[in-house]
Amino acid sequence: MELLDTSLVDWSRAQFALTAMYHWLFVPLTLGLGVIMAVMETFYVRTGKEEWKRAAKFWMTIFGINFAIGVATGIILEFEFGTNWSNYSWFVGDIFGAPLAIEGVLAFFMEATFISVMFFGWKRVGKKFHLTATWLTTLGATISSLWILVANAWMQYPVGTEFNPATVRNEMNDFWSVLFSPVAINKFFHTVISAWVLGSVFVIGVSSWFLLKKRQVDFALKGVRIGAVFGVLSSILLLTTGHGSAYHVAHRQPMKLAVMEGLYRGENGADLLAFGILNPAKNCNDAADPFLLKIPVPVPGFLSWLGYGDCNAFVPGVNDIIEGGYTLEDGTIALSFAEKQQRGKQAIQSLADYRTAAEAGDGAALTEAEARLKKDYAFFGYGYIDKAEDLIPNVPLVFYSFHVMVALGMYFIVFFIAVGILAYRRRFENIRWMQKTALWSIPLAYIAGQAGWIVAEVGRQPWAIQDVLPVNAAISNISASSVQITFFVFLTLFSLLLAAEVGIMTKQIRKGPEAEKMD
Amino acid sequence: MITYEFLQHYWWFLVSLLAGILAFLLFVQGGQSMIFSLSKTEDEKRLLVNVLGRKWEYTFTTLATFGGAFFASFPLFYSTSFGGAYWVWILILLCFVLQAVAYEFQSKPGNLFGQRTYRVFLFVNGLLGTVLIGAAISTFFTGSDFLVNKGNLTRELMPVISSWGSGWHGLDAALPVGNGTLSACLHNLSLGIAVFFLSRTLATLYFINRISHAALESRLNRTLWINAVPFVVFFLVFTVWTLLGSGYAVDGKGTVSLVPYKYFINLVEMPAVLALFLLGVVAVLYGIGISLFCRACRKGVWFSGAGTVATVLSLLLIAGYNNTAFYPSSTDLQSSLTIFNASSSRYTLTAMSWVSLLIPFVLAYIVHAWWSLEKKQATIGDIIDDGHAY
Repeated sequence: MELLDTSLVDWSRAQFALTAMYHWLFVPLTLGLGVIMAVMETFYVRTGKEEWKRAAKFWMTIFGINFAIGVATGIILEFEFGTNWSNYSWFVGDIFGAPLAIEGVLAFFMEATFISVMFFGWKRVGKKFHLTATWLTTLGATISSLWILVANAWMQYPVGTEFNPATVRNEMNDFWSVLFSPVAINKFFHTVISAWVLGSVFVIGVSSWFLLKKRQVDFALKGVRIGAVFGVLSSILLLTTGHGSAYHVAHRQPMKLAVMEGLYRGENGADLLAFGILNPAKNCNDAADPFLLKIPVPVPGFLSWLGYGDCNAFVPGVNDIIEGGYTLEDGTIALSFAEKQQRGKQAIQSLADYRTAAEAGDGAALTEAEARLKKDYAFFGYGYIDKAEDLIPNVPLVFYSFHVMVALGMYFIVFFIAVGILAYRRRFENIRWMQKTALWSIPLAYIAGQAGWIVAEVGRQPWAIQDVLPVNAAISNISASSVQITFFVFLTLFSLLLAAEVGIMTKQIRKGPEAEKMD
Repeated sequence: MITYEFLQHYWWFLVSLLAGILAFLLFVQGGQSMIFSLSKTEDEKRLLVNVLGRKWEYTFTTLATFGGAFFASFPLFYSTSFGGAYWVWILILLCFVLQAVAYEFQSKPGNLFGQRTYRVFLFVNGLLGTVLIGAAISTFFTGSDFLVNKGNLTRELMPVISSWGSGWHGLDAALPVGNGTLSACLHNLSLGIAVFFLSRTLATLYFINRISHAALESRLNRTLWINAVPFVVFFLVFTVWTLLGSGYAVDGKGTVSLVPYKYFINLVEMPAVLALFLLGVVAVLYGIGISLFCRACRKGVWFSGAGTVATVLSLLLIAGYNNTAFYPSSTDLQSSLTIFNASSSRYTLTAMSWVSLLIPFVLAYIVHAWWSLEKKQATIGDIIDDGHAY
């Protein structure tokens, strides 16, 4: 009997993660910088001052370099759903494909069309048309992220769909539920706003470099002020969408929340950890303390409040979710993994029975199998899970990523407020340590973004589609060695292109806006 | 009342139209494959790169949208072909990754590999991208080595529904390896090579239309001959081979069988598609002809471009319409994909059809932006003077 190669699953995941992580190095800067350069060009059109045009063009050059490599990694991601996750593509393609197609029609063409006008149209179109093109380029990039994030949110919280045993796939039955799923809306704002934070940090950091070098002081101060205002707004909004994320994770993906906090045994009034060092010897089956050190946030029951809006709410831990038996919000009792697995296997068997009955033309058996399948379908994916431990994501990776992300999110609020106050009191240009801090904050913004995606994607393992399709049932039937080869090809290619991109951006920044030719 | 069958046909039409537009826009790739051969000086290279570089995003975006639309409307194709013909699609993607960075990076200091490397990237994309896309599309007529069994999903240890017949994963479309036959490979390559020379022909016509440069213009007529003649030869080989060969028919019960002259019969039984095909071929040849024999004529690219869209559209319509399997399995006929068994649900196709009503609006702003930037022919002076030259 042909068996699935488990290393194929691992390599397929590694390749997708590699591509996604590289992609997310470039996209957030595009989204964040897009708004800032458009604001600068708006000031130019409204005031007629050439320095705003020079500033806008400078940031557009950086945008363009970054955009190109973002596009390159993006197309690989789109097609990897087919090349490496072919079962997934059929099983949920009826829902997942639509946002990708709409993204192409509504967003990609908007970006591609107006970016040409933005770069090449300064002398060929009027000021207002050019400004419109710049905003539409940014809008196109943002709409693009909306659709792919709607698709991603659906994987975390599948709604608006029903399984059709005749076609052996999930089929969409409510487009608006998919588009306006609360998880999708929150994910879109959280992700885009995090990109705005990165854009703000980048502009302030690069502007600070000019101040440190005592070059382009006026240009740099403009960048610092705009970056600070945009950054303060973005980082505070990010805090609220972060709360939204915690709420949705608690309700839809309790295992992810438990792992984010290293919570093995649930409790009422659970605290949120400000800092913690995990016990590497901890196993879900033993009674060892999960932490070598932990420092909670000094607000009792803060995790319960974040997840459920109630400081005394019960937050289930890893073991509770595996063992079941606790009371869910709707008053029902949570099933154990063993029960879910059993029902998942029943669902798979019911599907097999349905197909047998269909081939035999046995209407009564068909109806009966379909009814059984419907009853157990919510646990369909558990039928492919071998053992309880497979339900637990990588705890250290998710735990530390989550806490790094949150800590950096808090840091950026303080950072932007401090920069804003200093900039508007005209003291920022004189405080070199603050300028150095701003410059070195740029990589921190990238780390925060990457950490956020690790929490979102590693934290939902083993699911490709929450509760419905685990990654080991979502893959393509190719050899692990083929994926190993492409993994290393992509790794080499993306790394070389990243090095080139950093080299180019560094040179362009060193050139500064004065190198931009005056028209 | 809009039926499910109508929606399946409508979406096959849209996917085919996107493929036609993509074939036209591959002139960017064709031009890239001529950067070194057509130019003699750095200024000439720079002019060629820059006139192409103002359009590369359209081709790239059309490819991405083609993939997205195919995924959304016929997910079983996406699942079977991309997961099965792994190496062909990965090679195509790699070519396009190289292209995406090459324009923006090539003339910028600090680019690590030097300008020539990025231009080689463009050349590779122009050569491999066109040949591989052509060969991949040809398998819509010649068949591929795959099996589909949706019942596999109930096998907990090996639940993958689509599998390729050999470990060559798509390379067998162009090489006689695995279960690929020499005849099918040559058939596929004939379209791959035809697409390559078509893209170069269209690029030459585009240069004639866009460039104002005496030395380059003096070479374009000869370049057009060199590329148009092999294009016509290979296109004829592919077309005659396809129309006179057997095709994959599907009956009312969904049973697939090989039927002699199937694609020719499809043309005859769908006179509108036949007319579109003939009109397309004539338009392509007319665009080439007026550019070859009338030095003052610069608009050949629009005729040949529109003709390309019409011809590719009609070829794909005969691959999917009139009870034909659009992605046939040469290994197991009953695994073949049709617009009926591979499509999304009626609900999804309906939802996307509403969105597709925005396509004319999208086309309108593309045309407006395109013409806004191209009111006159490009000179090297324009490029140097441009704030964002490559």
